[in-house]
Amino acid sequence: MFSHGLPLKLARRTPLSVALYLFGSMNRTLVRSAFSELRTKFLITGLVAGLLALGSCNKSSAPTGDTIPVGEFASMTGNTATFGQSVHSGAVLAIDEINSGGGVLSKKINLITEDDHSDLQDAAAAVRKLIDRDQVVALLGEVASGRSKAGGPIAQSSQIPMISPASTNEDVTKIGDYIFRICFIDSYQGQSMARFALTSLGKRRAAVLEDMKSDYSVGLSKSFRETFEAAGGKTVSDQSYTTGDKDFHAQLTSIRSFNPDVIFVPGYYNEVGLIVRQARELGITCPIIGGDGWDSPELTKGNEAAFNNTFFSNHFATEDPDPVVQDFVKKYQKKYDGKMPDAMAALGYDAARILVDAIKRAGSTDHVKLRDAIAQTKNFPGVTGMITLDKDRNASKPLTILRIVDGKFHFAQRIGANGEALTPFDPSGKTTMAPATSANASAPAKGSTPATAPAPPTPPATK
Amino acid sequence: MNQILQQLVNGISLGAIYALIALGYTMIYGVLRFINFAHGDVFMVGAFMGYYAATWVSSIAPIGTVPAAILVFLISMTICAVLGAAIEFLAYRPLRNRPKLTVLITAIGVSLFLEYVGQHPAVFGPDPKGFPSIISSRPIIQSTLLTLNVVQVVVIGVSLMLMFVLRFVVMRTRIGTAMRAVSYNQQAASLMGINISLVITFTFAVGSALAAAGGILYASQYPSIDPLMGIMPGLKAFVAAVLGGIGNIPGAALGGFIIGIVETFAAGTFLSTYRDAIVFAILIGILIFKPSGLLGKKEIEKV
Amino acid sequence: MRSNYVLLIALAFVFAASQGIGFLNHYYLQILMYIGFNIILATSLNLINGFTGQFSLGHAGFMGVGAYSAAIVSTYLTTHGFGTDGAMGSVVLLVSLLISGFIAALAGLAVGYPSLRLKGDYLAIVTLGFNEIIRVIIQNVDFKIGGVDYVGGARGFTVPKLTTFAWTFGVAVVVVWVIENLINSTYGRGFLAVRDDEVAAEAMGVNTTKFKVRAFVIGAFCAGIGGGLFGHFIQYINPDSFTFLKSIEIVVMVILGGMGSTPGVIIAAIVLTILPEALREIDQYRMIVYSLLLIILMIARPQGLFGTESIKRRTKKRRASNPATAIT
Repeated sequence: MFSHGLPLKLARRTPLSVALYLFGSMNRTLVRSAFSELRTKFLITGLVAGLLALGSCNKSSAPTGDTIPVGEFASMTGNTATFGQSVHSGAVLAIDEINSGGGVLSKKINLITEDDHSDLQDAAAAVRKLIDRDQVVALLGEVASGRSKAGGPIAQSSQIPMISPASTNEDVTKIGDYIFRICFIDSYQGQSMARFALTSLGKRRAAVLEDMKSDYSVGLSKSFRETFEAAGGKTVSDQSYTTGDKDFHAQLTSIRSFNPDVIFVPGYYNEVGLIVRQARELGITCPIIGGDGWDSPELTKGNEAAFNNTFFSNHFATEDPDPVVQDFVKKYQKKYDGKMPDAMAALGYDAARILVDAIKRAGSTDHVKLRDAIAQTKNFPGVTGMITLDKDRNASKPLTILRIVDGKFHFAQRIGANGEALTPFDPSGKTTMAPATSANASAPAKGSTPATAPAPPTPPATK
Repeated sequence: MNQILQQLVNGISLGAIYALIALGYTMIYGVLRFINFAHGDVFMVGAFMGYYAATWVSSIAPIGTVPAAILVFLISMTICAVLGAAIEFLAYRPLRNRPKLTVLITAIGVSLFLEYVGQHPAVFGPDPKGFPSIISSRPIIQSTLLTLNVVQVVVIGVSLMLMFVLRFVVMRTRIGTAMRAVSYNQQAASLMGINISLVITFTFAVGSALAAAGGILYASQYPSIDPLMGIMPGLKAFVAAVLGGIGNIPGAALGGFIIGIVETFAAGTFLSTYRDAIVFAILIGILIFKPSGLLGKKEIEKV
Repeated sequence: MRSNYVLLIALAFVFAASQGIGFLNHYYLQILMYIGFNIILATSLNLINGFTGQFSLGHAGFMGVGAYSAAIVSTYLTTHGFGTDGAMGSVVLLVSLLISGFIAALAGLAVGYPSLRLKGDYLAIVTLGFNEIIRVIIQNVDFKIGGVDYVGGARGFTVPKLTTFAWTFGVAVVVVWVIENLINSTYGRGFLAVRDDEVAAEAMGVNTTKFKVRAFVIGAFCAGIGGGLFGHFIQYINPDSFTFLKSIEIVVMVILGGMGSTPGVIIAAIVLTILPEALREIDQYRMIVYSLLLIILMIARPQGLFGTESIKRRTKKRRASNPATAIT
């Protein structure tokens, strides 16, 4: 048994191996693989240790004197990576712009971004890390309401203000007085689209196709259905799908058999692009309407014609002549190789700017002062409209309904925070130019009329 | 109930793609006896390769023509065949004759690796991309009873054709005979002078090429591709392979069509929210009551 | 009897630690809590996958069942006059956890029976299927009692905060103690017998059917409690937190630690909880590195860092004939 030459071979290598052999001789199997086993063990332990060491030499630890640390947690990878990356690109644009303009309170902003790979548990850990280790003064929150709800309680209990750019679920800001959002809530959007379908489009029979897996989609379709039926319409068919689905023929065939005159699809653009295309293939010609999840330059790619006669509510229109919007679109395209910004990027941009504006007004980064300053945000000229935060820490701002014509998003109607129509709806679709959003637009833009000044900031009709 | 005919057509064209992916599962399982979890992700890579190939091809031939489409298919299938063989060589070969579960975990690792590498902005990026229409989506029949377009017909046609080609290769060629021999008994096959490694590499290459074809067909029918698109079709195709009797080529095709049709009919009714659950319930039912699948042979466990 | 003292000492230690832990940075405390949950989940999965030789890819499903049932109970109790602080909160949590454990155990029973006819990768895929079915069902459940939302489908479920450090590690200690004692008892050898050679075990009079189902039921019970603790810590749960990817994460802990080695699995749970946090600095590459590590580990050391036998047993019976028996 000992005559396999193994000990000799080992001995020739290092004295350590001999010791190993002696130790291992008590356990024959260990000897056989002593080398490879130890090597892998060292390899793995070394790798782990190396990574841990990498982690501990933090690139941006405690706040230094000359920067203000601001945290951002976003889904940079995982199944909602596309939204996380958009918001992040908007936020980075805003922070870069502010820093190159000298920063705020004569300090530069240090944006620390943590990826939560689209996971709840990871989002909570990321928020903890940002607050306790990086000692950020404020947070930019998640797109997904679920992850904002996981991170929110931590921000609230640590008294760090958190601004969510795009979490639309009602409950998010109910977490506490440190949690804000700058987008409109689900119910408001659903109600607005129901009224739009009824009064502007004059439709009475609606079909709803919702994404069962998305709280956003379920929330929108719920409020749409309630408002639509309360105002005399009828929901003739309810169908659903799951995020990531590609085939909607089955649901659409079923919807077709009920003969609706409008279809409400409150989903995200990745699925909506396919839904509209497949609906048209099945010969469904009625208007299809949806929410801000539609907004992406990728939405209509490849099926421009299918999208004629579709409408969706949005935070902004890239063709809005308002200089704030045009300036943003120009800068965004310059920074990101000509890519068109989507609503998430615009919201990320606005969230970061509102935060910095509040820091400036507060004159300090003290959490109470900062919280109060954010709460007092009033008529902030954002890319996504005039933003005023109400007493429930939600944004009240008008909503823009866009019409898609040959793949281009055109302005169709603007609806105020209380659901009132701010501009008339032109069924022929000839009005393609959006009136400017902000009243303080320095340059009088073409097509803007005094009648389209934003509504006085009033809280939305939440029940 | 004028939707039955339409739903059937919808189901068949979805099922054809499942069948194509299921073939890869079935072949690999037949030869190596393990679930190649990464197969769905090779399918995803196939779709992306088709996307980039189409961009490149459009500079030499007009997109939408038959030669351009064939070129796109060939490029993507070749790249994926190489990828499949490489995955086998790097990740699975060192594990040959190891417990199945070790290989299964490795396969999960490979699957996660492809997904996350694909999501990296420098590779494919996380945003869904619109797939160019290399196959026209012009309608052939359009009425309230039934609408059918070119893509659907091409999908069904190409899938069936590839299935017959595969069946021919496996049953009538030398390498196919070797594949069957390896799947019956690896040791005996190697004693007969069959190069086992070569056969396994070939199986992976063919299976991955079929997955790539499936990816392009899928992307043509549902033109939005993203790095996570392979997970669900992959799982469902696996269910199809098990349903038909794993290791059995006509079985995989049959299973694919059944899953496609069942899923479509479930989605068209009040059960639509339970659609994925129904597919998995079928899997569990078949494994409990008839583990060998619809067309599979019964295997007796030797002690 | 000796092990009972071990348990008491460990619990006393957890209690003492919970009193003195206040100085710790909340971020580290949070990671510690995650480590606690993962120890509970991984050691309980180790009973199914490591000791009994079954292969479950559905542990997150049991965790989800537990998290939701615990949340339903605690939400009902707290909206019906029970408080969330101090002793009252502990009572609410205890009741919720016990009920969640039982309901998860029922789910374990439902999954355990099919496992009788299946093994290896087929079993893995069936448990994965169960995991997805559970997720889809949760996604479709949404009801109200007295104006309060329960379960909430895709919207998710907001849960009161009840879990504390002492609770998490107290439960973790008990779970580890129960499983270790079970395996080392005469009775528990049945689990190992099923793993090592089912046919031989049957021939020796071990009722393999019962042992397999029991492994699933006990494993699911513990996972359910782990899920309940998790939900009451994170304060918000949704169906997406319990997909089969979460199951895979737990399986990886068991495999890294070495199937059937409780100390190994505990160390793996700690390492794999810290690792993603340590990798935060390279966030875009984090999951790529993680998956690569998984592949390399499987190739280089498929039996995990600590082999098939626990450290304890290895030192005790060093002359055992072949500690590196195949896992199968």
